[in-house]
Amino acid sequence: MSVLSVRELSIDYLTRKGPVHAVRNVSFELEQSETLAIIGESGSGKTTLAVGLIRLSPRGTKVTQGRILYTKNGQTSDVRLLDDDDLREYRWAECAMVFQAALNSFNPVITIWEQFLDTARAHGMKDRHRVRDRSAELLDLVHLDAKRVLPAFPHELSGGMKQRVLIALALMLEPQLVILDEPTTALDILTQRSIIDLLRQLRQRLGFSMIFISHDLSIAAELADRMITMYAGRVVEHAKVEDMFYRPRHPYSVGLLRAVPRVSGALGSVASIPGSPPDLMRLPIGCSYAPRCPFVIDACREADPPLLPVDTPHHEAACIRWQHVAGVLGSDAEVPVAEKLA
Amino acid sequence: MTALIELDRISRTFETPDGPITAVDAVSLALESGEAMCLVGESGCGKTTTGRLLTGLIRPTSGRLLYEGKDVWKTKGADLARFRRAVQLVHQDPYASLNPTRTVYQTLSAPLFRHKKAHSGRQALASVNELLKRVELTPVENFVTKYPHQLSGGQRQRIAIARALTVDPKVIVADEAVSMVDVSIRISLLNLLLALGREFGVTIVLITHDLAVARYFAREGRIGVMYLGRVVELADTESLVGDPAHPYSAALIAAIPEADPDITRSKRRVELRSAEIPSLLRLPSGCTFHPRCPQFEAGLCEVKVPELLPIPGGLQGEMREVACHVAVRERTSERAAVTA
Repeated sequence: MSVLSVRELSIDYLTRKGPVHAVRNVSFELEQSETLAIIGESGSGKTTLAVGLIRLSPRGTKVTQGRILYTKNGQTSDVRLLDDDDLREYRWAECAMVFQAALNSFNPVITIWEQFLDTARAHGMKDRHRVRDRSAELLDLVHLDAKRVLPAFPHELSGGMKQRVLIALALMLEPQLVILDEPTTALDILTQRSIIDLLRQLRQRLGFSMIFISHDLSIAAELADRMITMYAGRVVEHAKVEDMFYRPRHPYSVGLLRAVPRVSGALGSVASIPGSPPDLMRLPIGCSYAPRCPFVIDACREADPPLLPVDTPHHEAACIRWQHVAGVLGSDAEVPVAEKLA
Repeated sequence: MTALIELDRISRTFETPDGPITAVDAVSLALESGEAMCLVGESGCGKTTTGRLLTGLIRPTSGRLLYEGKDVWKTKGADLARFRRAVQLVHQDPYASLNPTRTVYQTLSAPLFRHKKAHSGRQALASVNELLKRVELTPVENFVTKYPHQLSGGQRQRIAIARALTVDPKVIVADEAVSMVDVSIRISLLNLLLALGREFGVTIVLITHDLAVARYFAREGRIGVMYLGRVVELADTESLVGDPAHPYSAALIAAIPEADPDITRSKRRVELRSAEIPSLLRLPSGCTFHPRCPQFEAGLCEVKVPELLPIPGGLQGEMREVACHVAVRERTSERAAVTA
């Protein structure tokens, strides 16, 4: 049963020079307790998509098509059609978000306790004692000492502690779905590790579904069940995490995987992707990755390819050359791309 | 042979309202011509301050900065100017480090005129074109008249590197130079820096928090790991990532998430005794890592500050260095046992 089903969603930014097609025709399903990683570089549309999912897009943004279907207790509703009350209920109670630059998401002049109280009140929890108990319980869940953290101001906490508090706040109303935008990006290695381990634990204990948005492939390797690669606003590949890492079929996914060196194991043939992403106002005709793609043929420049099923099950790539990619990379061993190409 | 540039027990203390903070504490580091090395560590470990000391941008509280064997802070005039030209810094954020009101030509020609490497516009343009080719921004005509906002992050960082090259430096210190650019193009920037080292013998010190980047960049060189102002381990890259000697390096390497699900999900964790990073205002006694260290030995680690000492086990029988009482004892006795 899908918790969230996104169908053919497109989001534009309206600018003076014309619309920027930031998200184009994105579809995916998210199952109960599943973790989906959306991977892409800056400008790929991943944050626009995430913010669009909870209808928090800034002014000047237009959803031009598509549906965001949310299911709870067998009842399905379209997030795009929710009225204000239902939308408020959906946000946080059903679907919570931990934002990028999380460290700035607090109100700096009130204590952590007041942040909890604020969030609780906004969702109708008026009883201070109940909120107090719930906050203590949540902070305990993220391995923080409530006695020490609740009276503190945000600036008194370290980056990792703030990130834990935000995760605790996100879980306050027991959402079915948590969206995390770059959850570990500004953190140090050891802190990053503790947040990853924490998210894994919480997911196991509480069974919520997660979508996380990141440019960091290693976080996806740690936590995701399935992965989506976005390029120029489109989903270009969609696969189980092992298939994406060991048997990618879209040349952009291959390029991205190959661009990230590892610390353990063989270094392999690490390389950057030549060129830069296209201008989203003037997309090339045909596949938008064609100008950078080493597998390109004339046909690639004629039509933007749809997502095609490839040689592994539940795996799609928007590339008419996926067989060639498969031919180069093979499909057997659990060997990372950079090593296969070495 | 004397090193090209050397830090000799250099320290730097900053005064703060809460008391003095020693950001860098008795760091020694010697670099040869053409070497590519990385300094890694978490935020607050003093890696950026070390970079600034190395480039002579800040004065040390104690210790010496030596360039070609001479104490830089005692040189004046022409010698000092020579050091200033020879050692250049590339900053982390190319959005902030380039003047937004200047074209690429203006940015790159200013130091050429300033250091009398160009005497006419035509000469300057020729040199600018040459520099752009070196940083692989071609065709050059597309770039000379551009302003920073018209360039991508990666292109801007290339301009920042080209600017450092205007004065034919011998040493480039690149502080998190690839952290702000997209993943897909980081490697090409690292390759560019490495090529400068190979082709022009420039010594490059890359400061980074990213061990994977460090491993790639310094794969034929060394990595220094810093913790709370000190270098705790210094070794050739493969020995360091494959067999870290300092418990802190080992913890970092075990903790780092890898872009490979099988490897990353089966990594063995190093459990630290405490997750808390001590404040620089109240550093622990003895080894500053002792409150967190899984190998802590009471009566030793909290008493005595460990020096960075040579141990066997480097690449091709060379020595490597570690600042840990336990690691030094065990690795030296292991060796003794083998030879006996």
